[in-house]
Amino acid sequence: MSGDHHSPNAVIAARVRDVEALLEQRGLLDSGELDAALEAFLARAYPGNGARIVARAWLDADFRARLLTEANPALADLDLSMGGGLQEQRLRVVENTEDTHNVIVCTLCSCYPIALLGPSPTWYKSEAYRSRVVREPRAVLAEFGLDLDPSVSITVWDSSAESRYLVLPRRPAGTERFSEADLAGLVTRNGLIGVAAL
Amino acid sequence: MADRFEAGQRVRTSRSDPPHHTRLPRYARGAAGTVVDVQGDYPLPDDRSRGLACEPEPVYTVRFAAVDLFGTGDHAVTVDVWHRHLQSLADDEEAGRER
Repeated sequence: MSGDHHSPNAVIAARVRDVEALLEQRGLLDSGELDAALEAFLARAYPGNGARIVARAWLDADFRARLLTEANPALADLDLSMGGGLQEQRLRVVENTEDTHNVIVCTLCSCYPIALLGPSPTWYKSEAYRSRVVREPRAVLAEFGLDLDPSVSITVWDSSAESRYLVLPRRPAGTERFSEADLAGLVTRNGLIGVAAL
Repeated sequence: MADRFEAGQRVRTSRSDPPHHTRLPRYARGAAGTVVDVQGDYPLPDDRSRGLACEPEPVYTVRFAAVDLFGTGDHAVTVDVWHRHLQSLADDEEAGRER
């Protein structure tokens, strides 16, 4: 729909430009200050951060325990935060096990741990994913290629308030001798959302 | 504000269907669930979006059995719910008996 000047996005974008121009005219904002802040925010935010968190949790039981209990302070071990220069958000990490699987959604809009992972994938914001994964997660996960055993119980986490969620996937078998960097290389964005196993 | 809820408490979500923005998703209205996490206090967007003054209030993670939300399904769904959208399940049942 981009390029369609009648779309709601175009209307909102025009309004945002007007507000930004007014703030600059009145000296509340320097020219380009917002762009610079957003660029700095996004430059540090990509799925590799989530991969580093997961690899550390697989190797370090103490870190894993702190991560699952109160994630935000644990992130500092890896020089990461849920702030990224803007207001810090609460992170909750949910762990997949042999008999439980977790998957993340925001049914009301598109809440996502952007400060860590960067912008969310397009499908995450689609009405189809948002409306279906809460109702029939097994079918949706199967469409992603993840066929869970019927004995595995599924929890869908709807990010409807101020917390953001991240899945701690199961460590693949046969990786006992992998380094932390090698392990991080196995972690995918879909695995961090819970629509893929590793 | 009524007493805060704690992890493990049974609660029921509000049935209200307001004409303004609300953070209680429609599929989770009037449903019974269990508080599994207490997140901290945050202003309620239902009020903020209308420019109303609002004191921060607790937000909880509430776990529902899919069957209690959709009448079907063997999974669970957690929803993050502001205090004002919840009542204790015991109160709710008592109110039901009085009607």
